[in-house]
Amino acid sequence: MLADTLTRFVAQDYPLDARLAAGAGVPGYAPEKWRALADLGVHGALFDPRDGGYGGAGFDLMVVFEAVGRGLIVEPLLASAVLAGGALAQAADPKTKSGQKEHLAGLVSGEKQATLAHFEANDGWDPTHIETTARKTDGGWVLNGKKSVVRAAESADFLICSARSSGVPGDKDGLSLFLLEMDGPKDGVTLQSSQTIDGGRVSDITLGDVTLPETALIGRAGQAWAPLQSVLGRGVMCLSAEAVGLMDVIRDMTLEYLRTRKQFGQPIGRFQALQHRMATLVLEIEQARAAVINAAAALSGDTTDGIATARALSAAKYTVAEVGTLVAEEAVQMHGGMGMTWEYPLGHYVKRLIMIGHEMGDGDYHLSRYIRLGEAT
Amino acid sequence: MDLSLSPDERAFQTEVSDWLRHNLDPALADKVRRGQRLTKADMEGWHRTLNGRGWLAPHWPKEYGGTGWSPIQRHIFEEECCRAYAPRVVPFGLSMLAPVLIKYGSEAQKKTWLPRILDGSDWWCQGYSEPGAGSDLASLKMRAVREGDHYILNGQKTWTTLGQYANMIFCLVRTSNEGKPQQGISFLMVDMTTPGVEVRPILLLEGTHEVNDVFFTDVRVPVENLVGEENKGWTYAKYLLTYERTNIAGIGFSMVALEELKQIAADQHRAGRPLAQDPLFAARMARAEIALNNARIANLHILWNAAQGAGNDSGNGASVGVESSMLKIKGTEIRQQIDALKRQALGAYAAPFQPEAFEPGYNGPTLGPDYAAPVARQYFNNRKISIFGGSNEIQKNIISKMMLGL
Repeated sequence: MLADTLTRFVAQDYPLDARLAAGAGVPGYAPEKWRALADLGVHGALFDPRDGGYGGAGFDLMVVFEAVGRGLIVEPLLASAVLAGGALAQAADPKTKSGQKEHLAGLVSGEKQATLAHFEANDGWDPTHIETTARKTDGGWVLNGKKSVVRAAESADFLICSARSSGVPGDKDGLSLFLLEMDGPKDGVTLQSSQTIDGGRVSDITLGDVTLPETALIGRAGQAWAPLQSVLGRGVMCLSAEAVGLMDVIRDMTLEYLRTRKQFGQPIGRFQALQHRMATLVLEIEQARAAVINAAAALSGDTTDGIATARALSAAKYTVAEVGTLVAEEAVQMHGGMGMTWEYPLGHYVKRLIMIGHEMGDGDYHLSRYIRLGEAT
Repeated sequence: MDLSLSPDERAFQTEVSDWLRHNLDPALADKVRRGQRLTKADMEGWHRTLNGRGWLAPHWPKEYGGTGWSPIQRHIFEEECCRAYAPRVVPFGLSMLAPVLIKYGSEAQKKTWLPRILDGSDWWCQGYSEPGAGSDLASLKMRAVREGDHYILNGQKTWTTLGQYANMIFCLVRTSNEGKPQQGISFLMVDMTTPGVEVRPILLLEGTHEVNDVFFTDVRVPVENLVGEENKGWTYAKYLLTYERTNIAGIGFSMVALEELKQIAADQHRAGRPLAQDPLFAARMARAEIALNNARIANLHILWNAAQGAGNDSGNGASVGVESSMLKIKGTEIRQQIDALKRQALGAYAAPFQPEAFEPGYNGPTLGPDYAAPVARQYFNNRKISIFGGSNEIQKNIISKMMLGL
């Protein structure tokens, strides 16, 4: 039902032109639409009831993000609600960190926007390969390092930033999470920002001797891997579902084009060379949808088998990378010159679909992770 | 859609696997596992065992001897049977003719023929393809001319699977040349002991005798063996094909084949380590496994939706229409992918070909590891699955037309 509401909102109140303009501008989305989405209850659907939301299960994420994909929505729901909000919810100790509880409430309601600064340039998508360091001092912590291509960082009210308080890159132990207020210029924090090819803005964040108070630590020092792993898995879930939503739109557009575009005196959809390619796309998209359903079921089920869940998530991300690339490239090809234009909507969906493969691990990374996790059992 | 089994479904799964453990002859399962040729008696015996439990025709409406299972239960049953290396149920009577009779046959026909399918009185085979009518099935030429209370049949059917064991054949025949080719086709049931029916074997490239040519010369068939109306056979033929295709998808068999692949890859060594740890081969296996799991979920999803939509269609939730084309394409691609990996995994030991090893009762030595003998043969044999039941190209034509409106 929320998916229908979201789809109607996009159709009636947020036309593609406006979404593209917002995605190409600063801060990379439309703040008034962000609030409108919050009013519709989209943010709340992404959080568990115990964190103040009314959803948060695998299938909730699936439904919302399929609609995000279908609507090519540029607002940073993933960065803020799922990743930053999820990290706060899972890592924070609600008894001792009252300030952080308010931060979480702000993300659930959508009044605040945050982002998760985690991945780094040299990590090869391995989320344990964190080089950024956190050094304990008398009154708090000092952070040094660099975070790569962080979505919606310029506009964030605060960052959730991972850093290594002990160990070496690749260790699961020793990762910690910190909350950095971004309510004004902060000593040692430098953002180098850019728009992206698929809408929205990203920043490389350099941390040079950034001093933080003791209260900036989220949860326990060195123990952030478990919450991070869970949150990143949920992120993978969302991106995979978003990819399926995009594929559904691209499929419909391409079908429509095959039915209406005429060459040699007939609709080009009469040509078997195109029919078979289209049939292949349609059945591969159903495989991708199945992979996402499987991942959502794994996330929604009892979480006793963490490895099976992680494998289902990687299988989904790998599948949408493979199928997504096929769908994107074939759709442009079958549209001929029209698929190459800015004016025709297809290209914008295609760009986002391809760029999903450049967030939180590409197809090869997730395939090799799937294999590695299988060997462990 | 909830993918986890409910407690009831889990109990059902246990019931099925327990029953299989006690009732599937281990010697028979061993033959299936080793890829040995099953005799007619093997297959008939397995049908009898299933029928004794009332599980031979799960997809039939209950009133005719079906089980009344949900699509999920049927899926569980099929997977458990595959896992236990039960022989594949011979589909021609049970899964092809029977749905047509149930939907389009007369009461008398249902009463006569359905019980005989269950109790094994008849072994049916399929008379669809002809030498000049393969993918273009509607161009079939075998003539049936009405003469009093009989049709007189002249012509040839081909690719008739296990026709050498059959006493009955259902045929698409031409009863009219008026209008479009599809409009002059009728669906007839023919007793193969009638004078003028001749069956000749066709050997397949890997040396097995599975399929046949069937010749018809002035064969007299009583008119009561016409199913439905004259010249409406194309409708029934297409309905039958959706069952055939769903059946071909064979996800359960691919799951077993994947387990075999994993065992082979763990046992075979390359440069001092198991093949399963070779990064390139491991990636190929993982891709196949992910694709299979996706197809399994997609199939469940489709069956689930079909069951929801079928409602009161004689309790016949197995009919999934055009989606069966999608199941068939993906299911056969994956099966062939896995068979090719098994072949590749054997290295040089894929080559030895010892037909005697496939014969029932063979317990002698084979060249290479025990599991190697049937692999190359299965690989070659299963090249057929993307061809029969309507080639995968024909399935894409169907999807384009029926589903995409192109």
